[in-house]
Amino acid sequence: MDGHRDSLSARAWRALTYGVPLAFLALFFAYPLAAILERGVRSDGELASPLDIVTDPVTREVVWFTVWQAVASTALTVVVALPTAYVLGRFTFPGRGVVRAIVVVPFVLPTVVVALAFLAVLPERLERGWAAILIAHAFFNVAVVVRVVGTFWASLDPRMSEAAATLGAGPWRRLREVTLPLLAPSLAAAAAIVFLFSFTSFGIVLILGGPRYATIEAEIYNQAVRMFDLRAAALLSLVQLACVALAVWASLRLEARLAVGGQLRAEQDVLQPPRRGREKAFVAGSLGMLGLFLGVPLVVLVERSLAVGSGYGFEAYRALTRPTSALLATPWEAVLNSVVYATAATAIAVVIGGLAAFAVARPSGSRLLDGLLMLPLGASAVMLGFGFVIAFDRAPIDFRSAPWIVPVVQALVAIPFVVRIVAPTLRAIDERQREAAAMLGAPPGRVRREIDLPIVARALAVAAGFAFAVSLGEFGATVFLARPDNPTLPVAIFRFLGRPGELNAAQAYALAVVLMVVTAVSILLVDRIRVRRGGWA
Amino acid sequence: MRPMLCIEDVTVRFGEKAALDGVTLEVPDGEVVTVLGPSGSGKTSLLRVVAGLQRPDSGRVLLAGEDLTSVPPHRRGIGLVFQDHALFHHRDVSGNLAFGLRMRRDPRSTIEPRVRELLELVGLAGYERRSVATLSGGEQQRVALARALAAKPRVLLLDEPLGSLDRRLRDRLLEDLDRLFDELGVTALYVTHDQAEAFALGDRVAVMRAGRMVQTGTPDELWAGPADEDLARFLGLGNVRDGTVVRPEAVTVRRATDGDRGEGIVETAVRHGPTVRLVVRLDDGATIEAAVTALDHPLPGDRVSVEIDPAGVVELPENAGE
Repeated sequence: MDGHRDSLSARAWRALTYGVPLAFLALFFAYPLAAILERGVRSDGELASPLDIVTDPVTREVVWFTVWQAVASTALTVVVALPTAYVLGRFTFPGRGVVRAIVVVPFVLPTVVVALAFLAVLPERLERGWAAILIAHAFFNVAVVVRVVGTFWASLDPRMSEAAATLGAGPWRRLREVTLPLLAPSLAAAAAIVFLFSFTSFGIVLILGGPRYATIEAEIYNQAVRMFDLRAAALLSLVQLACVALAVWASLRLEARLAVGGQLRAEQDVLQPPRRGREKAFVAGSLGMLGLFLGVPLVVLVERSLAVGSGYGFEAYRALTRPTSALLATPWEAVLNSVVYATAATAIAVVIGGLAAFAVARPSGSRLLDGLLMLPLGASAVMLGFGFVIAFDRAPIDFRSAPWIVPVVQALVAIPFVVRIVAPTLRAIDERQREAAAMLGAPPGRVRREIDLPIVARALAVAAGFAFAVSLGEFGATVFLARPDNPTLPVAIFRFLGRPGELNAAQAYALAVVLMVVTAVSILLVDRIRVRRGGWA
Repeated sequence: MRPMLCIEDVTVRFGEKAALDGVTLEVPDGEVVTVLGPSGSGKTSLLRVVAGLQRPDSGRVLLAGEDLTSVPPHRRGIGLVFQDHALFHHRDVSGNLAFGLRMRRDPRSTIEPRVRELLELVGLAGYERRSVATLSGGEQQRVALARALAAKPRVLLLDEPLGSLDRRLRDRLLEDLDRLFDELGVTALYVTHDQAEAFALGDRVAVMRAGRMVQTGTPDELWAGPADEDLARFLGLGNVRDGTVVRPEAVTVRRATDGDRGEGIVETAVRHGPTVRLVVRLDDGATIEAAVTALDHPLPGDRVSVEIDPAGVVELPENAGE
């Protein structure tokens, strides 16, 4: 409000919304990052040139693989997703809402589960290697393209294409000269997100890459945990950070260049039921193909968890309550740990992310804070986990064995999602609603309680569900920090995979099914709460 | 009598541009003053300054003699009806009306009857539990008005409240508003770009242009003696030339007869309700507008003779031919 000098409570509120998130970021993001930097440029207490690691042929190979698999994964994802995006962007049909919801399931599945599903479904020849990685990335990211492009497509004015038709353009010309240029910004936005996720992919690469293929993320883990070369891991983290920053900058430039103005229309004015036989066949065909692509791996995952010897049974599930040589706890305890950690992480993420959303969404809101809050997303989970390990390992801040260290790092990963979901809803509140409340006698604090909070409550609930799912499946950071006697579900799955024997493999699949079910339930609960359009969910 | 609301020499700048440039205006107790001006003339800024939503760069606002400058909006006791209503969509009709009453901590036992009374007042009895999203434009307008009136504000501000409604609905609501203002003895500042609205509702009309107050007076005073040529045109008076206004209804047009060659040729004839507006091209090249009521009026192309009733000629006070 531009009316009057802020009262004391308004200033206190502003200090709270800026101060708490910033303090959190400073301690749990900036400080570990500084520790990584310090570790990278020093060797045995001396300043050392980082050039040996940066120019090492192994590093070059890892960076090259990271880049090309990300490009190829993005291209594959777009090709797989585009028919469905078109169907959702042009047609109404029974079950359209269900399709929109189901498409998101792979995206919220923990990467460990996705990796195991493809381990289960792919023939042994393809099981580990670059092809498996690309397919798993497409599976994981298809939702991003379908939702972002499909939603945008559904708001494109069909009259533009109709105008082109009256001017003599055939279907292909219309697609090339009208529809695609108009879609370009949303395509670029979706592709940028897919590229980033594939570039920073960890769980999928670690499990499906085998010994030959590693992204920068996976290599940071290898160096830190398997080789104990903390300096190499630190330098690779910095390389990763630089690459991500470059990619984000390039995608923002691209989006700005492709941006097209123009009026968007309401979905219900655009969508029509498929009429001709060809349209019906296309809708049914593309949805069916996508259904198979998304459904089969998950079905086979369940099948494998039930396979015992030559028959089927619940042996692997029954074994979850018994002690195992793979873990210092029973697998069932890992399930409980995961739920407890994820609940705590959700609470932290909703409070910190919610406060930050208020700061970011102010009309005079800070772009800087907005950008800072997105950083953990780009910095990648593995880097955060590694940063925590080297930053909090000695006095005065030895937090490593503190029970809340895992929830904190998981919250850090989830906060960008919370801000992205809540801030747009806050921004969408008409300022005049707040002014109207003020004119009716509500002081600023009361305005927040009576106007902002009720409107934003649903977005907060959705964000909480999302944060819960993200925390539940978080692997990259947690694998560094979860103590052996307190593993989380994804960590336990990973440990089982590293063990030989049929029962260990079956238990890994069984735990993956449990993780999938818990995640699906939390997301289904959330999906019952509908948010306003404009958020991420 | 001391005016209820006093706006004294208020200036608001947005960067280089002055949205309000030394505006002074008084609203006496129980009167309705309408502020008339084209969009961008600063009238909404004026309301926001009075409401406390916009801080003036200089000048002050007095309510019943009390300086409001450092009083925040929620303590001013002023009601505001927003353009496009700004109803709370997360609350039902009753929740909207009760909001101001809850803010001043009225007990529940008095809120309920007051809400019922307000709904009856605006002709929406029984609407308590309706969601505001299901209301028609006119109904939303009535709810917005009732919400602003609920806590009996000392002054009611209205910002183009009928702007988004269609013409017939607007005419009906205009009558309702007029009746309501009379019944309740409301002191109101009403902003509009529509001359008919301003003249119908305002005990006095204040005309704004480019952030300045051009003229203030009763509707008759304005109509009889507009301050300058632009205002005369804005009010819809035709035939403004060289500091003189010739009212169209003072111009008589007759078909030329054999003995009378006439003075010009009818160019257009357009019916506006009961009158027909004729534009006549005179032989000296100038045009003059006439409003005639006859059904058998001259048609385009007809040669006509033109007479002007001297009583319908207004000399503008400042010769705005500069």
